[in-house]
Amino acid sequence: MLTKRIIPCLDIKNGRTVKGVNFIDLRDAGDPVELAALYAKNGADELVFLDISATEERRKTLADLVLHVSEKVNIPFTVGGGISSVEDVDILLKCGADKVSINSSAVKNPELINKLSAKFGSQCVVVAIDAKQIDGNWKVHLVGGKVPTELDLFEWAKEVEKRGAGEILFTSMDHDGTKNGFANKALAKLSTELNIPIIASGGAGNNQHFIDTFVEGKSDAALAASVFHFKEIEINDLKAELKAHDIPVRL
Amino acid sequence: MSDTLANTNNLKSSDNREKKDISIVIIDYGAGNIQSIKFAIQRLGAQALLSNDAEIIKAADKVIFPGVGEASSAMEKLIATGLDKVIPQLKQPVLGICLGMQLMCNYSQEGHTKGLGIFDVDVLKFSNKVKVPQIGWNTLTNLKSELFSGIKNEEYMYLVHSYYAPLCDDTIAITNYDIEYSSALKKDNFYGVQFHPEKSSTAGEILLKNFLEL
Repeated sequence: MLTKRIIPCLDIKNGRTVKGVNFIDLRDAGDPVELAALYAKNGADELVFLDISATEERRKTLADLVLHVSEKVNIPFTVGGGISSVEDVDILLKCGADKVSINSSAVKNPELINKLSAKFGSQCVVVAIDAKQIDGNWKVHLVGGKVPTELDLFEWAKEVEKRGAGEILFTSMDHDGTKNGFANKALAKLSTELNIPIIASGGAGNNQHFIDTFVEGKSDAALAASVFHFKEIEINDLKAELKAHDIPVRL
Repeated sequence: MSDTLANTNNLKSSDNREKKDISIVIIDYGAGNIQSIKFAIQRLGAQALLSNDAEIIKAADKVIFPGVGEASSAMEKLIATGLDKVIPQLKQPVLGICLGMQLMCNYSQEGHTKGLGIFDVDVLKFSNKVKVPQIGWNTLTNLKSELFSGIKNEEYMYLVHSYYAPLCDDTIAITNYDIEYSSALKKDNFYGVQFHPEKSSTAGEILLKNFLEL
């Protein structure tokens, strides 16, 4: 049976992890490769690297990082952040990334989704969508949720599926950082109305939140950062609890 | 990667001679994430050479035939390089991975393309009853090959695909998604796996090691 996936997300700046991490057993908690290998060993099903650098050299630094991760890590990983062209994606996939995630560039240039899925296959195209509710309606936001757009979450999600996205990573800006649980109503609607996998993001605080997003939110995968980085949740413990709730996981 | 040839030539001077002496070629025809496979072989203490040269491929002890992307365009690339004629004639163990495995079948519904005809089965698309692509870790059962030595029944492997090979005489592993299908195939010296051993954690490493030891 296909299992639900647990995905730690690592924020990267200039080739280093940025969100404070609290791993006493790591020699260098800022080294994304070492952290990634540890997560892989501890039961993570996939990893996401989100690059937030803004330097001139960012493309090369990111490509180097991807190459190093690919060399050491034996589980799949996705790379996102600032990817805006077919050429960007070509380099990252050649360095060993399994998937890329595009966000603002897809909104600004939806045709990019078609181009990427035609050239590389939809299986490696993840479209990340950040949204929050405005007057009860889910509106897509850009630049890490700072800039609102007129796009409706569900309409945009359907459009990206039609254009060839293989997966959607939905972050609720209303839930992100709250540790109060994922946006399960919106997630369930996405999962029911679309026929591609949906990754839940934003709001993870405890094990129950993961159970809820897989059961009520019908999510295919759940992503989190700080609860894993600060060891508030151990992935193997989380998966054991999911299994005890009859949620299929790889143990 | 230009360092690959040099790496392969250097192997004989290495300490771990027995394992590293094997020449492993990954067919490089411009379709797929071959870097990950090369690194996975490297993590096993061996080295692989990337090549699309028929003579180098024919001379290898082990051949890995990867593939990610769309079937008909990948098949066109094989035809353009003449590899469509070379691969079915190989005598050494050959491992097709993901789209590589699908191209070793008779036909694929994806782009309605003819395949290499090694496995006598047609590749079909998953129905709309399930999410397509299937992305993630799923179990393998009914394991029937030395390729799976040391791998337990119901072991998890990582899969990403929208098309599948139905069950047939060549099936050596079964996975269930939508229906029961072939997650691995074998005929004579040809092996094919739908999952990505290079991304399937320890279980995938055991499988690759088994293949290298065939």
